[in-house]
Amino acid sequence: MRDNPLIFELSKPGRKAYSLPCCDIPLKDVKDVIPEDCLRKDSALLPEVGEIDAVRHFTNLSLRNHGVDSGFYPLGSCTMKYNPKINEDVARLDGFMKIHPYQSDDSAQGCLEILYKTGEMLAECTGMDKVTLQPAAGAHGEMTGLMIIKAYHESRGDTDRNVIIVPDSAHGTNPASAAIAGFNVIEVKSNEQGNVDIDALQSIMSDKVAGLMLTNPNTLGLFERDIEKISKIIHDAGGLLYYDGANANAIMGISRPGDMGFDVVHLNLHKTFSTPHGGGGPGSGPVGVKKDLVPFLPVPIVDADCDNERYFLDYNRPQSIGRVKSFYGNFGVVLKAYAYIKSLGADGLLAASQTAVLNANYIMNKLKEYFELPFDRKCMHEFVLSGQKQKEKGVSTLDMAKRLLDFGYHPPTIYFPLIVKEAIMIEPTETESRETLDEFILAMIQIAEEAENDPQKVKGAPYNTVVVRLDEAGAARNPVLRWRG
Amino acid sequence: MSRYIPNTKEEQQGMLRDIGLSSIEDLFSDIPENIRLKKELELDNPLSEMELYDHMKNIASSNANLNEYSCFIGAGAYDHYIPVLVDHILSRQEFYTSYTPYQPEISQGMLQAIFEYQTMICELTGMDVANASMYDGATAVAEAASMASGITRRSKVLVASTVHPEYRQVLKTYSHFKGAQVVEVGYKNGLIDLEDMEKKTDTDTAAIIVQYPNFFGSIELIKEAGEIAHSKKALLIVCADPIALGMLEAPGKLGADIVVGEGQSLGNPLSFGGPYLGFFAAREKYLRKMPGRIIGQTVDNLGRRAFVLTIQTREQHIRREKATSNICSNQALNALAAAVYLTVMGKQGIREVAELCLQKAHYAYDSLIETKKFKPAFSTPFFKEFVVISESPVSEINKKLLGHKIIGGYDLARDYPELKGGWLVAVTEKRTKQEIDNMTKKAGVVI
Repeated sequence: MRDNPLIFELSKPGRKAYSLPCCDIPLKDVKDVIPEDCLRKDSALLPEVGEIDAVRHFTNLSLRNHGVDSGFYPLGSCTMKYNPKINEDVARLDGFMKIHPYQSDDSAQGCLEILYKTGEMLAECTGMDKVTLQPAAGAHGEMTGLMIIKAYHESRGDTDRNVIIVPDSAHGTNPASAAIAGFNVIEVKSNEQGNVDIDALQSIMSDKVAGLMLTNPNTLGLFERDIEKISKIIHDAGGLLYYDGANANAIMGISRPGDMGFDVVHLNLHKTFSTPHGGGGPGSGPVGVKKDLVPFLPVPIVDADCDNERYFLDYNRPQSIGRVKSFYGNFGVVLKAYAYIKSLGADGLLAASQTAVLNANYIMNKLKEYFELPFDRKCMHEFVLSGQKQKEKGVSTLDMAKRLLDFGYHPPTIYFPLIVKEAIMIEPTETESRETLDEFILAMIQIAEEAENDPQKVKGAPYNTVVVRLDEAGAARNPVLRWRG
Repeated sequence: MSRYIPNTKEEQQGMLRDIGLSSIEDLFSDIPENIRLKKELELDNPLSEMELYDHMKNIASSNANLNEYSCFIGAGAYDHYIPVLVDHILSRQEFYTSYTPYQPEISQGMLQAIFEYQTMICELTGMDVANASMYDGATAVAEAASMASGITRRSKVLVASTVHPEYRQVLKTYSHFKGAQVVEVGYKNGLIDLEDMEKKTDTDTAAIIVQYPNFFGSIELIKEAGEIAHSKKALLIVCADPIALGMLEAPGKLGADIVVGEGQSLGNPLSFGGPYLGFFAAREKYLRKMPGRIIGQTVDNLGRRAFVLTIQTREQHIRREKATSNICSNQALNALAAAVYLTVMGKQGIREVAELCLQKAHYAYDSLIETKKFKPAFSTPFFKEFVVISESPVSEINKKLLGHKIIGGYDLARDYPELKGGWLVAVTEKRTKQEIDNMTKKAGVVI
């Protein structure tokens, strides 16, 4: 495929793709209403193209992008499941899309109902008492949850708790979110089974600890078998337990964070609840809390007057941490998650988690004789291989990921979690057929064989993509971050 | 099995047998019995596609939607026209079902589109560099303040009270937890009070934050605020309306160091408050302190132009607790909408939209004043939104208008008790003369 010009390079003076109605009111001289020095001297150099040019340009760009509908996308920790089409359609109903956030509650009862009921359903799924839908993404939910934890301790006069513990296998957002919420971060190491090392945890506990952030199953795809012990250690020391819901696709209807002892939970609707990832966003990161923490949720809270079946926004919450986003969250995303839960019901959610876990175990078992499997036990919805064996032949995990591109797959997450060398993190999700899994397994086996017998082939990959490997170091060294004519 | 799981129960049994297990239950033996869910989740029975559509349509019909209602409210979210092309492009699965472009070889489409978006934001704002988007205008303001604190190593930010109340609330939440101080600056005649600003700016001030046009719709004193900020070596953060930048001078030319804003107006539906996008741009020297994803141009091994996520050593997945921000997912698809919108409108269209808004807003303002039921609140120049003071309570006017299928303006007394009867009215290019006349007539006879 040939290089796709930038839209600016297609621009020709005077061309246009827009049409606007004539002004139907008496015109004023702009200079009479706006002081001259406030007016723009030079126009913004936006493109000037015809409509067909614009259509072809963006269509051509789309053809240079891989989505879930293009093919298998086993990107670990990201839960790239199928995004149901009906959810896209219902989100585009005028009665949802064309609603202003400041319309009176009376004229937006449908939107408030969706927010209220989604909150209730997510509370049920997680075993929590109340959910806010304001956070825009997982990391935003983490920040919100940690602020709630801090506000809770402070409200009890417990003001010295400035430490959050995160496992060494945690997502990068965990420590970053803790820092944003004003905490210091201490890492706890994992043991040889891939779980939190209980002795190590015990040894770093103190009255400074505000809480522990945990992903369960963790980022190795392994269930924290000692979760009850962990919960007791944290709670006995006066801390709270935070659940990172990145991996919640493994446990729906099977085990709930609220029942495991977690006090605060965030979910990623764009992972577990099937809303599309949009090329990097928008997501949605609702936060659920146990009863004692409800007063600290961000304002406003959507509430219901059940007698009159009326929904309203409650701003009168004196202990709230405040606002974390304008308006009420990514409503359009929440809407799709609502539609998803309504489509699946309790049985459907349970089947989704069971199937996701089965699919992951199936691939893991078929690949473990070809790749090193650092933690050889049952996995949950994802698992982590190591490319160490191939690395010894001079073929890195990056090389193998690039080779997978030639087979039409989006590669797994690589080099994460940090505690596994040459990590390859595979999450198939429940929405893939056995044939898809089998074909992927064959591709992985072929690449393992190539690494053994023809390493140069893997190191030179990819061959079938619109561009081959990029000079990423050069991009960072000499940043070109915008077009200049 | 649900329609979203292709494998049948029998096929699953076969897979289990293949890996030496007899039942699905065996896969979950790591989960202690104590914490297993012993009941079924209490959710409604599943709906078929047909039933779901009806169910959703039913709920949607209890909202007053702007296809049937005439919208005169803005206050940070605006009913601008969205060219049909935007949704056609956004509906392409290659874009909306993809994730963050970690694998550039198969993500060139999104990467190039966002690179183009970054360029357009730089052009509109007059800045050197822009990121790939933040969650919204409010969080972009809060992140800009945090970035300014990092650059100046100072802990106080001044924010004009003419900045959107919700943005100030989000700023205060973020700042409180980071241990930074937020000080508000008063206003006079609808614009920042420069004397008050000067008095409150000191050598511990990291930044001054102003909005352009401000929450009242007035064209804020950007240059003057910049001079005050720079005299104490603080930064100027401008939160701008991107449509206004079609005709108003770029903040970069007026002394801004960081320019952020709510990008909803650029091709994104109102959707009850989200998803929108925050845009974020800065001077080049601050590049390595910026939050969020940034796309850069490079070449592939065969020398072909290509695009890639870059300057990543600022980010959480590498720097962890020392990252410039915790942001991971952003609002990429909304940024794509903005790029398509700005492509369709182009150099002339963006100016034309801005001028239509300006003209119509002034016509509506004059018409309301003519009814003699409303008084001017301020005498300062405004763009597409303005404040009038009503004799009767705003809630009553809005209630009456709703009965006539009109969504009235924002009740300012909610955030500015001193502006009793303050009605913030927005008029976009979509409002016709007939709609404006109808609104002013109905609003004028409320009492």
